[in-house]
This record gives sequence, C-alpha cells and structure tokens, in this order.
Amino acid sequence: MQNTSPVLEFKSSTFFAPILIIFTNDTNAIAHALNEKIKLAPDFFRDSPLIVDFKEINKSNQAVDFMQLIQLLRESGFFPVGIRGGNESQNIQARALFIPIDTVRELGHSIAIGEPPKQESAQPVAAQPEAAPVKETTHSAAIPPVPAATTLISHPIRSGQRIYASGDLIILSQVSAGAEIMAEGNIHVYNTLRGRALAGVHGNTAARIFCFDMQAELISIAGDYKTSEDLGKQNYNGPVQIYLQDHALIIKEIA
Amino acid sequence: MARIIVVTSGKGGVGKTTTSAAIAMGLAKKGHKTAVIDFDVGLRNLDLILGCERRVVYDFINVINGEAGLNQALIRDKNCNMLYILPASQTRDKDALTQEGVGRVLDELSKDFEYIVCDSPAGIEKGANLALYYADDAFVVTNPEISSVRDSDRMLGILSSKSRRAERNEEPIKEYLLLTRYDADRVRLGEMLSLEDVQEILSLELLGIIPESKSVLSASNAGIPVILDEKSEAGRAYADVVARYLGEKVPHRFIESKPGFLRRLFGGRK
Repeated sequence: MQNTSPVLEFKSSTFFAPILIIFTNDTNAIAHALNEKIKLAPDFFRDSPLIVDFKEINKSNQAVDFMQLIQLLRESGFFPVGIRGGNESQNIQARALFIPIDTVRELGHSIAIGEPPKQESAQPVAAQPEAAPVKETTHSAAIPPVPAATTLISHPIRSGQRIYASGDLIILSQVSAGAEIMAEGNIHVYNTLRGRALAGVHGNTAARIFCFDMQAELISIAGDYKTSEDLGKQNYNGPVQIYLQDHALIIKEIA
Repeated sequence: MARIIVVTSGKGGVGKTTTSAAIAMGLAKKGHKTAVIDFDVGLRNLDLILGCERRVVYDFINVINGEAGLNQALIRDKNCNMLYILPASQTRDKDALTQEGVGRVLDELSKDFEYIVCDSPAGIEKGANLALYYADDAFVVTNPEISSVRDSDRMLGILSSKSRRAERNEEPIKEYLLLTRYDADRVRLGEMLSLEDVQEILSLELLGIIPESKSVLSASNAGIPVILDEKSEAGRAYADVVARYLGEKVPHRFIESKPGFLRRLFGGRK
C-alpha cells in the first residue's frame, strides 16, 4: 500500500452574501444609492461578495446595462458572485463574465436600491445555524444553489450530529437524544425521535413536524419551541404531528 | 491486507483496554496474526493488561517519528506468538499522534498482519479520532448505564462521519455492540439497563455480552488477558465474541441471571 496525502477534498458549507435588488435601470442613480449605503458601513461592504437580483427590474421591463452595472459594482468594492431573477440576455451576459446564475431560491439578506417597492423588501439579518456537512444538501451562496429540495436520510442520526435541510427533511431512521435536526420546511421522522427537531427555522410558521414515536428533547416550529419538560411525560400511542396555531405548538396524534 | 478494528466507547472505564487485549489475544489464538496498538498516548495501559510492560523499549510515537523501526517497537506476546503489541508512549501526549503518521504505521502493519486492533482512548478528541479514522470495523464497548449508552451513541455518529471511509464515501465502518460489565441480577431488579433498553437506543449488531466478573480485575492485575481464563464467564464470553466476529454461529449467553437458561438472542435490529 502506498501512503498518499490527499490533494484536495470537497466539503459543503453555507456562506452569507448580501443580495442587491435593483429597482431601476438608471446606473447613475444606482451608483449614488450604493455610495450612500456604503458610507453607512464601509467596512461591512468592502470586498463583500454580492448577489444581484434582477427580478424587480425585469418585472417593470426596464432594460439595464448589465456590463455597466457589474463594472459599477466592482468599482464600488463589491465582488458580484451570482445573479438571480435574470432574463435570458442577462443570464447569457452573466455566464460570459463567469458569474453563476441562481434561478429560484431566496437567501440571505438584501439591500434595496432605487425606488423602494410597496413592501419593505429588506429581510432581517438572521443568524443561520451552522449547517452540518450532509451529503444530500450542498449549498453555498457563492455558488447559488439549486431550488430547495427534500433531503432524505436513511441512516440513524446519532447523538451530537446536526442535520440541516434547506427544504423538507425526511428521516427514515431514529434520531438519538443529543442529535439536532433542522429544516426550513417540514420534518418527517419515520422512526423514534429522541433528539431536537426544529422545523421552519427561517420563519415558516406553516411548517410541521411528523414523527412515528415522539420522545423529543425539544421541538420547535419557526422559533416557537417546547422542551421535553414542557411536554411532560405524555405517552403518544403512535404517530404524531406538531404544528403551530396562534403561536402555540399543538401536538396531535395522527389517527 | 489487514482488517483494522477499533475498540471505542467515548466514555472511560467501560472496558476498552480489557476488550482490546482479550479480542486481540482471541484472534491470535485462532491462528490469525494480530497486532494491537495502544492509542492512549500518555496513559499507557494496554501493556500492563497484556503483561509486557517490562519489555517496552520503543513505542508507537517513536515509530511515528521515525526514531525506531516497527520491528523494534513491536513486542511479541509471551503467551501467543501470533500476537504483537505496539505500546503507547507514556511520556508524550495525544498531540504527538498525526493522521499521516498513524496511517503510515497502519499501512506498514497491514503488510504482514491479518488483524490490527486499535485500543482507543476515552473521549472524542484527537487520540480517539485517530484510533477510529482508518478502521474497517468498530467494537463499541458499552456499559448498561445511560451515560455510557449516550456516549456510545455519540461515538457512533463520529464513526459514521469522521472516518476515512466516511470521508471517501466508501462502505461505512461495520459497527458492533459489546455490552460489558453486564449484571443480569441487577438488570432483573431494574437497577441496570437491560440489553433491550440499550438496543432500543443503539440498534447495533450485538457481538456479545460480557458479564461483570471478578476474574476481569484479577486477570488485569496479573497481566494476563481474561480470555485466557477459560474458567471465568468473562473469558468465555470474550471467546464467543471472537468466534462471532469471525463468522461462527454462537448463541448469546449471560443475558439471563439463571445459569443454564440461556435464551438464544438474535443480533440487534439493523
């Protein structure tokens, strides 16, 4: 056997990148607005990766000079690392500049530039829990991910392991006490749930948790949680579902 | 190519070193050339259990650092010439272990040994992680009490995510349960977790139950692996474990408190 040290390895990780939503095709106005924003927090924006969102501007059918915009962003100290919501011509131009294209998913926090939309579009800067390296989920903001898919795991989740799914999470095996499973969508555990389960971690109050045998240490939906002490020593005979109703967690047996 | 076995648990004092010594001796007695490595650098114990502490000249760290050859450091067991021991260093700590160095030693051992048993230190730090990193099989040593079971569960998570097999996306490490210090009388009285309780949490293939036995301590003190004490229950239980590991069909015993009423029990749910 030969002894070889590895040359490289792949790992999955989650990164933050601000998203810049463009509301106008007036690059001068954009430059001005950007300058104003940068003045507020120069250190925060310096050398920051950036994802440019064209959804709003494309809604109003305004043609924007793509090359000029990217040039402007680079001159302002940003590193545009991706675009989304772009039309065909914008996507082609992005590819030509080796800028990856994201099609659907919303992520991170955004900076609104230009005329403000009717609704406040700047999302709160939420700390995202550290994602466990799971083979099924690979996403990073630098390389914009594919639409949130369902994560399926068939091996046991042991104490100390953390699983993070950007969509729904389905686990066929047991989840041990001391393990933590998190999903932006729903969580299904077709076995015994003894660890912590957090559904709708990005604030989706419609997310639910389903499990065959409910013995969880902690359950949470969109930040509303209950620990096993709150849950008491209740015995559920069979599968249960957990959902949020008026900010209260409801645990119901599935008949 | 040798098969690399890690004996691990997370928790200390559950019987990892006793188990390592016993199964390494058991494999060697069955005619398989076996090396057993003490990964507990700084807390050298395996050589005591195997009664070779007075013959230690060079150790695992010396070999990793290139200060001694493998053949200089390996100690041949005096009871069985198929068994070799690579002792830990007592004067160093776990930081002296490197992944690359451990890999090199295991590669070299793999050339002329059939089995390499890695005696893991307690904890989930560097020593324990390196002991399991290159493993093909894991013997998870667990006592029938809740903290040991929890720690074993944690260790199983590490086995499935931090080993070389996991990193390379190869077939996962084969995990086996070894329930040690089992006292059937105390289980019956509800003072100790039963096999079923443990399996409900761990669901592993059961390789054997080692009953709590005075002979383990006296064998350790005498420096003779307990498996050589054929009169003791623990010794026979370890012999069963080795036979099962090698693929023999041996019914489980020592589960029930009444001797003679040995209910056959199948391995855990997979």
